[in-house]
Amino acid sequence: MVNLEIDRVSVRFALKGATVQAVNDVSLRIRPGECVALVGESGCGKTVLASALLGFLPGNAETSGSARLGDVDLLAATDHELATTVRGRKIGLIPQSPASHLTPVRTARSQLEETAKVLGGDAGKAAERAGLLPEHLDRYPHELSGGMAQRVANALALVGNPPLLIADEPTTGLDRDLVDGLLDEFRRLVDDGHAVLLITHDLAAAHRVADRIAVMYAGRIVEVGPAHEVLDRAKHPYARGLANALPERDFLPIPGQPPLLTDLPAGCAFAPRCEQATAICEDRPVLTDDPHAVACHRPC
Amino acid sequence: MLTAKDVTAGYSAPVITDVSLTVAPGQTVGLAGPSGSGKSTLARVLALLHKPFAGTVEIDGETVTGFRFQARQRTKIGVLFQQPRLSVDPRFTLRRAIAEPLKDQDRVGELADLVMLTDDLLGRRPHEVSDGQLQRACLARALALDPRYLICDEMTTMLDASTTAALVGVIRAYQERTGAGVLAISHDATLLNRWADETVRL
Repeated sequence: MVNLEIDRVSVRFALKGATVQAVNDVSLRIRPGECVALVGESGCGKTVLASALLGFLPGNAETSGSARLGDVDLLAATDHELATTVRGRKIGLIPQSPASHLTPVRTARSQLEETAKVLGGDAGKAAERAGLLPEHLDRYPHELSGGMAQRVANALALVGNPPLLIADEPTTGLDRDLVDGLLDEFRRLVDDGHAVLLITHDLAAAHRVADRIAVMYAGRIVEVGPAHEVLDRAKHPYARGLANALPERDFLPIPGQPPLLTDLPAGCAFAPRCEQATAICEDRPVLTDDPHAVACHRPC
Repeated sequence: MLTAKDVTAGYSAPVITDVSLTVAPGQTVGLAGPSGSGKSTLARVLALLHKPFAGTVEIDGETVTGFRFQARQRTKIGVLFQQPRLSVDPRFTLRRAIAEPLKDQDRVGELADLVMLTDDLLGRRPHEVSDGQLQRACLARALALDPRYLICDEMTTMLDASTTAALVGVIRAYQERTGAGVLAISHDATLLNRWADETVRL
């Protein structure tokens, strides 16, 4: 079992006349037996970070920093190395909207058995562990309900027994009881010693399953700490605003809009929306180095 | 009132049978139920996008006679869908998407202000904005013809907590100004508790 050590990772996309700074100087460690949730609004860079870890970035992307999983640097590895030793073997991906991720013209069984054969896993056991009955496996993706398609995706991600799972918005569009079932499944995997990186905009889901929550804003991690601390005693004004926007809390939006990733301010990216901002926020705050870390000059 | 009376609807087999539902002007009705229970089918019937097998839809006392493209009464009802990316022509800028139901572009600025979209964002295409920004444009488009009723089918599924609260706030302000009725469909009971005046389960 090995840690995932993300160290000062940045991802830029070169466009005509502009550079998109999608991920900026992100450091994060995920240990075996730990679930870390990466939360933030859509477009804040969460999925780009996951794509970088799996080598799924488009050709115009430039990365810097390192992401070490054991002795492999995921950012420096060749596509061949990732394909033959990492994807499915060291990192399992549970994608968003699994029904559309599956091959529509093949049954769940045929896809799972092929994956098991390539990765050297046991399809039957993976299906059973994911809660799939043999008759479910003989269905085509369009014949699977959302919950069943999610289980097929879980079985596919787990059949090669990877120590690290990356789940990208796995709860989107699922009913609450399906969400709860899926999160319980993640918790079991974590308790079995897997490491899970849960990427989500669903704070309730993150709160339910994660050990730690990292809050991302405009490509940077602005706060990271124990899940309850971050949601109930957020230090960063953005994290606090996000938690307070929940319907069971104040249900009030954070004023303003996130900055354009092509035109990020030199200082704190949240300062233009922040009530507490002062002149000092024109310098970029550094993420502190403690168990509940925050990147803010004037934390709550 | 927007009323569904004894509606039976589906695709080959019925998904909903003898369902009745009423949304009064100014009111927000929540519609909950597990996936596959027919929430979206009922939404499509009430939005005049899908003809029921049996039963009637009434808008402010007038029985609906036509469904789908030519329906004359369609403009009284605005619709928002779960996935903004599937609801906007990918070739359009947000400005053009918002202007789509309008005869001219005069009101685009006013509508964009309502949903807090900046000029810069209006010039972008869907792939250049986030889900939250695109859903803001979809809301502006849905409000462009001043609908009497707004149907929100899992509108917030793709959105973070802050954007959800912001869009619900925009809809509430529109209701206060115009007295429009809203049907809010969601599987999130916590959200409907906070948003809707009453919630119906399918």
